[in-house]
Amino acid sequence: MSTSGQDVWVYVEHLKGQVAGHTYELLGKGREIAGALGGRLVAVLAGSEVQPLAGTLGVADSVLYVEDAGLAEFTPEGHGAVLRALAEKDLPRLMLFGATSAGMDLAALVSATMGIPLVVNCKEIVIEGDRVVVTSQMCGGKLLGEVETVGKMVALTVLPGAFPSQKGLSDQAPAVQKLLSPVLLDRLRMRVTRLLEPEAGDVDITRAPVLVAIGRGIQRQDNLPLAEELAGLLGGAVCASRPVIDQGWLPLTRQVGKSGMVVKPKFYLALGISGASEHVEGMKESELTIAVNSDPRAPIFDVADYGVAADMFDLLPTLIEELRARTPSPS
Amino acid sequence: MCGGACPLAFAMEYTPRHSIYLLKEGLLDQVLKSNTLWLCVSCYNCTARCPSGLKITDVLFPALRDAAMSAGHTLPAEFKKALDNTYRYGNSFGEAPRKRMDWARVAGVPVPIISQLKRPVEALWLVECYPSYHPRNQLQAQAMARVLHSMGVDFAVLGPEERCVGDCERLSGEAGLFESLVEQNISLFDKYEFDEIVTADPHAYNSLTRIYPPQTGRQFPVRHYVEFLAARMDALRPLLKNRVEARVTYHDNCCLGRMSGLYESPRELLRAIPGISLVEMPFARENALCCGGGGGGMWLDTVIWQAAHERLSDRRVAHALSTGADIMAVSCPFEASRFEDALKSTGNEGKIVVKDIIELLDESAGTQGVKPA
Amino acid sequence: MNIVVLLSMVPDLVEELEIAPSGVALDTQWLRYLLSESDDHALEQALLLKERHGGRVVAMALDRGEAEEALYTALARGADEAVKLTGIPEEGLGKRAAAAVFGAVLKESPPDLILAGVQAIDDMDGHTAGALAGLLGLPYVGVTRSVDAPGAGKVLVQKEYPGGLAAEIEVDLPAVVGVLSAPQPPRYVPVARIREARKTKTISEREAPSVAVPEGPVIRRLFKPEPAERAEMLDGTPEEMAKQIVTILESRGLVR
Repeated sequence: MSTSGQDVWVYVEHLKGQVAGHTYELLGKGREIAGALGGRLVAVLAGSEVQPLAGTLGVADSVLYVEDAGLAEFTPEGHGAVLRALAEKDLPRLMLFGATSAGMDLAALVSATMGIPLVVNCKEIVIEGDRVVVTSQMCGGKLLGEVETVGKMVALTVLPGAFPSQKGLSDQAPAVQKLLSPVLLDRLRMRVTRLLEPEAGDVDITRAPVLVAIGRGIQRQDNLPLAEELAGLLGGAVCASRPVIDQGWLPLTRQVGKSGMVVKPKFYLALGISGASEHVEGMKESELTIAVNSDPRAPIFDVADYGVAADMFDLLPTLIEELRARTPSPS
Repeated sequence: MCGGACPLAFAMEYTPRHSIYLLKEGLLDQVLKSNTLWLCVSCYNCTARCPSGLKITDVLFPALRDAAMSAGHTLPAEFKKALDNTYRYGNSFGEAPRKRMDWARVAGVPVPIISQLKRPVEALWLVECYPSYHPRNQLQAQAMARVLHSMGVDFAVLGPEERCVGDCERLSGEAGLFESLVEQNISLFDKYEFDEIVTADPHAYNSLTRIYPPQTGRQFPVRHYVEFLAARMDALRPLLKNRVEARVTYHDNCCLGRMSGLYESPRELLRAIPGISLVEMPFARENALCCGGGGGGMWLDTVIWQAAHERLSDRRVAHALSTGADIMAVSCPFEASRFEDALKSTGNEGKIVVKDIIELLDESAGTQGVKPA
Repeated sequence: MNIVVLLSMVPDLVEELEIAPSGVALDTQWLRYLLSESDDHALEQALLLKERHGGRVVAMALDRGEAEEALYTALARGADEAVKLTGIPEEGLGKRAAAAVFGAVLKESPPDLILAGVQAIDDMDGHTAGALAGLLGLPYVGVTRSVDAPGAGKVLVQKEYPGGLAAEIEVDLPAVVGVLSAPQPPRYVPVARIREARKTKTISEREAPSVAVPEGPVIRRLFKPEPAERAEMLDGTPEEMAKQIVTILESRGLVR
């Protein structure tokens, strides 16, 4: 196994037979960084009978595929031990993980057990000479830190959405090196007993990455499907301000505001919401807010990043059309 | 008697009267698990009518709530947050103490902070939390600053040092929190010299006049602005130059009304404004229907809604609308947003305007909308 | 079951964050601290386990920024003991160093279960819970929404994944669990109880052991993102504005 000491590794997250979307974001950025370092981009895929997934990782120069029944389900211990063993042998310059449930656990364990520095919640990565310099997001996005790392190896967790995933997509099939697990996995101190599917019924809006929020401006219950379609196209959920909930058009679990939930989605689309302080309190930490309201003086425009002072029923159909055109058809 | 007087008894699992019976039978647990505890908005209607003089509002419900909290019952989230916020930041909004004076920057007149003045003042104006932090009520604080200034009243505020007086926290059952707020407020009052305390917040007035003295053994002269200004009518009347042509109906709030009997001063102030004609709405004075915001009501909105499927404020605006008045006048910070909201939810937006008396005085004095130099 | 809960204090975002003249740290003049939200949940989770299965809960914190308040509150909520580790530098410790300090203390008498919040808003050089597990060589699962103890010697955790999915994982004790949320929200403690705890209970103090930590990442510049005063209003026909919106979403990686 040739190593240049300047390789970039991306840990491939996968669940239920699918590679996680943000892995492609890591691959796209990893490609760029590997180029700057003069090293190779290696995707590390660990699991059981998931080799076909490697075919989607063509942006990488190669895929290290570790096959073992003990890796069938993700456990921090199993996958962490494998990754650590591989990394101690090949000494990648940079290891990229998603700032995700699996990524956080792995990154923390691997960096502590290997004694290498870790920076979390990165939204930018640059190479300056021999240093990896990142921008780390703290305090709910209110604070950013430009962080310099030293040492021959660095681990990073990267915020989903920080980098575009297009750059990580490729039609090419990469070179795949299949390995047996470098560590014995028969005596792990943890085991997955089962996977719990989300309860059919309601959505936890505090965990939705995108929220389409409707207010009084929606006017009638039969306008809800418009909002629902929009939410579906954006990969999010519908939520509402109190007056809509009071009408009984949506369950209480969808209420955003002082008397409801506090949400911090990546994208909050406020439709026909005036922006009363009781509502704003529940969504002001949203990363991106676009508000649509026919009243240009609605207070919602004081908290939104972008505003559309127009009738939402003029805007929604055309917005839905635009989004439909961009959604890849299901394969 | 109380069961019949309580405006939310219809939605309670056990009415106040029934709860008292259960407690006498030793069935505390049953009462604690019911929704009854969380539907009280401290309107004092029961207290006002109890022939035995039971302090239902001030003692029974807070004690039941305290018992529920101590037993580890899960509290409604918004309610819990309000209490956590008050404990940590001195206000139920969870806003930074440093931001308490933000409203004053655009008042258009100087708002002196007593710690900076370093001299005794006539009136220590306790602005209180809603007028300091809530966007709708900040307009009232600003109006009051301008009116006091035009009248030449020697006043000052506490500024970032100010902490909630704690009436609603007390009524919510947090006796320990109230105790700590009382301590903080008493030490602030002791620090400075002033002739009297003036406040626009009837709930602060409620605790300062009826609860602080017996609890602390200390008495401070306290007046709500309606009394304070009514007593200075000679200085105020000449300033009310602009006509406000409107039929006005005044809503008696619970703490100034039923509990303190201050029915005349607010009406006097309204009558002093040229152009205003007063009309009484049904259920006025001691029979007034609460807006639903007291005693934690502002933080239990969803709980109350889920149980009752109506808000008291919706019922009350209907009373106001029935008079055909142009303006619904109020004198409690909770009310402006509650009634404005109720007008929207009942589809009556634009049919009547909700204004605090101080805002109308400000308008008539022509000081409204004065921008800082 | 003996449980240790690690509590950490993080900047209170209620106050406007100011950057110190050094440019690499927060200005501490008005800075207040509060208990990290997921640590609050970790404590709640510990108390639930104690209520259900018995045992002892010890709350432990580095002495920094109002830690005492958090420890007395923990006692008031039902923790059996509270420990404050003193001698922490004014600027605080990074997460890797904090993990090393806790690790050195806990190594002496390891509890059955160590619970800590899986993350904190001031995480930069790592996450304490995971790093601690790595240093102690203990099994670790993070991002949990519940921890149960169906039998001796192990715990059953539910690890959360996106979209409401979760994995139920059985973990042998001793172990470290990084809690995201407890099955129920942290219980309210009446202020009277906290005041009582201050009067009647004691927090034990010990000097934080000095530890060797590998050279870590260094902040060379701390800054705030550009604030926006008011929404940038879009213009044009609905079709044009719809296209503008999609372009904005694309630039943020929200649509492909």
